[in-house]
Amino acid sequence: MKGSVAVVGGGIAGIQAALDLADSGFKTYLIESRPSIGGVMSQLDKTFPTNDCAMCILSPKLVETARHPNIELLGYSDVKSITGKAGDFTVKVTKKARYVDETKCTGCGTCTEKCPSKVPDEYNAGMAKRKSIYIPFAQAIPRVATIDSAHCLYLTKGKCGVCKKVCGPKAVDYEQKDKDIELNVGSVVLATGFKPFDPTSLKHYRFDHPDVITSLQFERLMSASGPTQGHVTKQSDGKVPKNIAFIQCVGSRNPRIDRNHCSSVCCMYATKESIIAKEHDPELNITIFHIDIRAYGKNFEEFYNRAQREYGIKYINSRPPEVVVDANNALSLKYEDFNTGDLKSQNFDMVVLSIGLDPADSTRSIAQSSGIALDDFGNIATSIENPVESSVAGIYVCGVAQGPKDIPDTVAQASAAASKAAALLSGERGTLIKEREFPEEKKLSIEPRIGVFVCHCGINIGSVVNVPDVVEYAKTLPGVTHAQEMLYACSSDSQVTIKDAITKNDLNRVVVASCTPRTHEPLFQNTCKEAGLNPYLFELANIREHCSWVHMKDKEKATQKAKGIVSMAVAKSALFQPLYKQKVSLINRAIVLGGGVAGMTSALDIANNGYSVTIIEREKELGGMLREMTELYDGKKPADVLKEIMGKVAENKNIKVINEAKLLKVEGYLGNFKGVVLANGKEMPIDFGAAVVATGARNLEPSGLFNYGKDPGVVTQAQFEKMLGKSLSANVITMIQCVGARNSEREYCGRTCCVDAVKNAIRIKKANSSASVYVLYRDMRAYGVMEKLYGNARDLGVIFIKYEAENPPKVEGKSVLVHDSMLNEDIEIASDLVVLSTPLIAGENEEINQLFKIPLDKNKFFLEAHPKLRPVDFATDGVFLCGSAQAPKLIDEAISQASAAASRACTILSRKFIETEGAVSVVNEAKCIGCGTCVTVCPYNAPSLYDVTVKVEEVTYTTKKSKINAASCKGCGSCAAACPAGAITAQHFSSKEIGEAMDAFQKGVKGISIDKGVVEVMV
Amino acid sequence: MNTEVQTPDAWEPNILAFCCNWCSYAGADLAGVSRFQYPPTVKILRVMCSSRVEPAFILKALKDGADGVLVAGCHIGDCHYIDGNKNAEVRINNTKKALGKLGFDKRLRLEWISASEGLRFSEVIRDFTEEIMKLGQNPVKEVKK
Repeated sequence: MKGSVAVVGGGIAGIQAALDLADSGFKTYLIESRPSIGGVMSQLDKTFPTNDCAMCILSPKLVETARHPNIELLGYSDVKSITGKAGDFTVKVTKKARYVDETKCTGCGTCTEKCPSKVPDEYNAGMAKRKSIYIPFAQAIPRVATIDSAHCLYLTKGKCGVCKKVCGPKAVDYEQKDKDIELNVGSVVLATGFKPFDPTSLKHYRFDHPDVITSLQFERLMSASGPTQGHVTKQSDGKVPKNIAFIQCVGSRNPRIDRNHCSSVCCMYATKESIIAKEHDPELNITIFHIDIRAYGKNFEEFYNRAQREYGIKYINSRPPEVVVDANNALSLKYEDFNTGDLKSQNFDMVVLSIGLDPADSTRSIAQSSGIALDDFGNIATSIENPVESSVAGIYVCGVAQGPKDIPDTVAQASAAASKAAALLSGERGTLIKEREFPEEKKLSIEPRIGVFVCHCGINIGSVVNVPDVVEYAKTLPGVTHAQEMLYACSSDSQVTIKDAITKNDLNRVVVASCTPRTHEPLFQNTCKEAGLNPYLFELANIREHCSWVHMKDKEKATQKAKGIVSMAVAKSALFQPLYKQKVSLINRAIVLGGGVAGMTSALDIANNGYSVTIIEREKELGGMLREMTELYDGKKPADVLKEIMGKVAENKNIKVINEAKLLKVEGYLGNFKGVVLANGKEMPIDFGAAVVATGARNLEPSGLFNYGKDPGVVTQAQFEKMLGKSLSANVITMIQCVGARNSEREYCGRTCCVDAVKNAIRIKKANSSASVYVLYRDMRAYGVMEKLYGNARDLGVIFIKYEAENPPKVEGKSVLVHDSMLNEDIEIASDLVVLSTPLIAGENEEINQLFKIPLDKNKFFLEAHPKLRPVDFATDGVFLCGSAQAPKLIDEAISQASAAASRACTILSRKFIETEGAVSVVNEAKCIGCGTCVTVCPYNAPSLYDVTVKVEEVTYTTKKSKINAASCKGCGSCAAACPAGAITAQHFSSKEIGEAMDAFQKGVKGISIDKGVVEVMV
Repeated sequence: MNTEVQTPDAWEPNILAFCCNWCSYAGADLAGVSRFQYPPTVKILRVMCSSRVEPAFILKALKDGADGVLVAGCHIGDCHYIDGNKNAEVRINNTKKALGKLGFDKRLRLEWISASEGLRFSEVIRDFTEEIMKLGQNPVKEVKK
């Protein structure tokens, strides 16, 4: 067994898996074939359904990955093969030549600027040019240049060589060769992602026309970092389009081109792109041509409704057979209007093809070279019960490599795969990781001795800002005892220079004037630590992003401003005090609320990772909703699945189960919760470090709808599921979808109901081929690989009839009346049995949300910390979420989420201690008046009031004072701003520190402005 | 109170911007990365959250002679600290109201700028600079002791 894992693929799936593993004590190799990690998510403008900026939420993860001491990033590297067995694999990797020495390149971009060769830019989906030596995008990790050997003039023709000449750190190396390396690891996680479908082969969609573009290209057009800075323009003439059409399912749901799957995300991204485009230009007309709109995820239906209601996006249920280009090169679409049955034609300025997700080439090549089974679609094959386990023990899979899915499902699976790998190797946890060691902090002299290092950043700063002038100015500032210029402050030799200067000049504060602290602060803080300085004695003055790059045409004023920025940083730094992250011990035990399949899976994963866990279950027995089911959609018996998993729970020594119990009380914080459980009429204490909420959901009873409750011939899909466990006498069965869902009372989509209906329809037909099954639906939401199941049902003769929400079916005795919106006809079905598909609704979540102060959404399901990148976390640290308690979901999805929640919990349980933020707020007890304002404004419950007895001369009285728990404080400083008594100090951002910087700002003002003409005013 | 100002020709506004670490500071970074040019009239003080900005900071800045103060945070709903920007919104708007009585309210701005809105950051600075140019120099000068 090896305590290391190879994660193949550096998209959001690979990043999440690597971070989870590295945080849980495993050495992790992250292998990415492209020059930068980030995957397709890095190309997206916004994410649905919140329209969050994709790069803003991704970029911190990229930096975290790059900085993690336990993650070794192998960028621009291909995996050739994986051999060996669980616990001991050999991964053969080819590190492709970048022709740039990664250890020397500082990412300054000078080479890119000077390179004369321009080629189509993949990051902008071919719509812009990049240079032959390039960094793929601004936030790329690793931030080093790569030479495109296919286009570089020097490498192809032996001419040019400009990049080598201009490279300051001498990083360009034309002689570099591909390098084969072997990694010896205990486990492998495949996160190879997907390849966007190439529509060139679908000639009828005229992708050759400049104004027919893919959805990914449209995404780039809308992005502020895209080829048009976010202005949607036509590629043909640069004009603003007025009418845009989206064609859905291009490269999906098309058996003729061997694409039997639904790509799961296109309906929502088309909706998102339409909304954003309308926000950019409200005059725009957008029409989305679709088969079904599959808005099945959390808040998707609401998003889809808003697109229609608030943005006027038009949805037409028709798949245009072709894009027509007329003699004037104008575009039009022909389609059938199902309301009238007419064939219509409409002109559009731009047609967007909503392209599907194809398996990545590397998925197939790695699977073939390593003997990993693929499913019918070319994805890594898995099963419902083990959704992240490949056919080879010890090799796990996550994200789109396992099947099409959106970002939150991908992130959840990534954590799930990490959980499985960590469980396999739990005995080796912590054996291969390294912790950086730093020298003891030196004693600080009382007077500030500030060192200022001003960076040229090649020519990035130096060509605009007069750096020597800034250095001379810095020397005049109070407290500065050393100032010097540097060519590249971030290069490794500069770190040595800074350390030497700290020692030689006995510096006790360091200011580097270069670029943004958001990327470079940790680097310089580490340098300070290596020289025995507390990292909080460091300040960055950003004279690149905030100065030289934005005032390129006015060198004098830019220099003046740079001086001002430096003086503010110097003034602030003089007041800096050493701050320390506190180490708090923690309880390495978890609780899981709910013993359904999600709760049991989560508990098993935590237990297999080596930690004790207690399942608190409300009912007499474990099993939850799976007990109510009689068949899974792959034909397996839920009873068998339950038996197996319950057996594992019973056998596992790390798991304790308390039945007929509930959690009454919780207090404490991450790592140190104290709770009280009520069971058998007795209250008992329970301490834990992390909690997983897996309380599930329940079926809606559709009382009063379609004669349910009055007519025994009308049942719910859940009841029908049970009936199918025995023999069935009914011969004509009519199912009605979306009963009690997607309406004004319950706006959300039930997600599982379409798949359940299709599954049960197939069961009827298989048991009795002469039976007639009708499914009355609004949109068949058989997403992902479930599309094939839907196809099977149609092949078996199940009849699907589409109805409109405004004209729902009616049940009158044995007869069901429905208006078929595709045929525009009324149909009457004499039915033996009517089956109502109702959604899952939230259980009794309100009790738990009060206990942990975790939020609920408007449908009373739990609200996760972030809908995209933190799908199983709560904003409250140490509490996690999985299964249908978050939103309705299929069993395999609930299992993935359950493992994910376990993985997230294990990143905490595996720690030896909890480290608090260093720059937290502190209360001055003498000044505190006990008003509790801080308690009100803090979103993390960090401040709390306690009673204190005060004695003033002869009088003794009891009052309240506030204290801030450093373990819960995130350092936002909101409480310090709100405190009416000025009793709270936001350390590192204190009023004094900010005040000094402001005084320095004003001095700068006086230096520049002219005094005459200013009137004296009393305020 | 005499607020008439004779603005000298060579004068340029000096604006102090408080930017939150997670969104607007990153937006200013992106403006730089994208080379969106704007006038050199602003200097940024980084705070972790827009809710860190005390009304006292704003009053001090204006009292000491800053021509404008910008407070920039994440868009509502995007706050890294859940709802810090909502606290900031209340606080800054109240400060603005109070400044209105002195005729200084236009010298304070609250803007939501996301990490992806580099262009918007530069536009906000340009726009605010133009507005301050119209208002003229901060009429306040410390009373000589």
